Amino acid sequence: MMGKIYLDHVATNPMHPEVLEAMMPFLKEDFGNPLSIYPPGAKAKEAIEGARGSVASLINAKPNEIIFTASGAESNNFALRGIALALQNKGKHIIVSKAEHHSILNSARFLEKSGFAVTYLPVDKSGLVDPDSVQRAITKETVLISIIHASPEVGTIEPVAEIAKIAKKNNIIFHTDAVASAGNIPVDVRELGVDALSLTAHQFYGPKGAGALYLKEGTRIVPLIYGGIQEGGRRAGTENVPAIAGIGKAAELAKRDMGKRSDHVKPLRDKLISSVLSKITNVYLTGHPEQRLPGHASFVVEYIEGEAMLLLLSAKGIYVASGSACSSKALKASPVLLSLGIPAHLAQGSVVFTLGEETKELEIDYLIETFPQIISRLREISPYSKGWEGTEGETCTVKK
Amino acid sequence: MSIAELSGHEKLLKFLDKPIAADAITDIIYMMCPMHLLTLQERIKELKVGQVLAVLTDYDGALEDIPAWCGKTGNEFVGVLESPDYYSFYVKKLKE
Repeated sequence: MMGKIYLDHVATNPMHPEVLEAMMPFLKEDFGNPLSIYPPGAKAKEAIEGARGSVASLINAKPNEIIFTASGAESNNFALRGIALALQNKGKHIIVSKAEHHSILNSARFLEKSGFAVTYLPVDKSGLVDPDSVQRAITKETVLISIIHASPEVGTIEPVAEIAKIAKKNNIIFHTDAVASAGNIPVDVRELGVDALSLTAHQFYGPKGAGALYLKEGTRIVPLIYGGIQEGGRRAGTENVPAIAGIGKAAELAKRDMGKRSDHVKPLRDKLISSVLSKITNVYLTGHPEQRLPGHASFVVEYIEGEAMLLLLSAKGIYVASGSACSSKALKASPVLLSLGIPAHLAQGSVVFTLGEETKELEIDYLIETFPQIISRLREISPYSKGWEGTEGETCTVKK
Repeated sequence: MSIAELSGHEKLLKFLDKPIAADAITDIIYMMCPMHLLTLQERIKELKVGQVLAVLTDYDGALEDIPAWCGKTGNEFVGVLESPDYYSFYVKKLKE
């Protein structure tokens, strides 16, 4: 048995040592409030503005277009609710896809309760949104479209630039949830043509509790948190200075090392995908075969329950995920997998491997050797090993 | 009776019936107090003497605060235009 093998980088990442180093002074001696005018306050303020510049540079935005938040989920809530509410006098219809993260889907549901109409667009079997379906869903009332940039669950990268063009042509604000992609693949807000974009630091070796929302200059938004003048009055609350210093350093490193990181994980991911598909029967890759995140390998394994795979892999020191974390906890078929047309019983057998810069080839080889054995063992004891009987009628609450 | 009338600031208020040309516009709609004053203070620094800044805000307190701020800082409050959802305040920079 090897040491611990962490293959759940889409859940979170370890902090890069340089990130921790950048944060330390603000956890210790440089504790000043950035609003205070004396030197410790000024130092904190300087750290925040430096980080704002680094995050802006990572996505080719202007520093004043970056609003710091506490998470990717907050950025998504802020964008969807804040922009929709700011534009409600213009129209009360928004468009999202069925394969969005819960922070978008649940914000959309909140807006529905507040009198907005929401179109939930279908995706194809690889998780792609058809840009023509976006065009067809637009009405005179449409004020906001939000389509995920890359799926944390199936790895698919959406044709966001193409969809953003459609939004722009129709004078509609376009937001993308780039939580799984920003810092991992090139994300350029000008090239993508988006008005708003969510990201979070812990997806690229930064700290937890440090998210950001890119909001194009001149885009109106209703704050989620009222109070002081922090973040230009758009997000009140004394800033989490250490976390912000951390996201700044992580963004700087991501910009520098992105290519290297990607070149490292891609061949390992490809080796993992081809080995799993050839060594195990009745297993399917989920998401798009090519248009996917560089370190992302996701599958559904027939006749097996995802949690069982996770537990046995964990017993071998291999840490992976099944579906999205929230669906996994709720023991409920993932809405994202269902939106791809995967039957509910098959979606229960979801397993997601996500690789990182510290992943070694030896670890992938060990996984390739171990995983088929675990599947064989589970299938021996699985009540479904002879087929799926009596599993019809499972449903999910996501709108079809 | 408006807040401005109650506080005696109606004397300072000057309502316009159409927009006027502005050299810079700052849109702080949906931002609460004191963003109207902070933004005004910051953005006016970027203008030259004689230029006009338009501040777009839906914050009612600005009806009182912006004319008063102009009086205190020696800038000219040109007027305010009322739209259904927000106000446009016009301030002419009179000194550095």
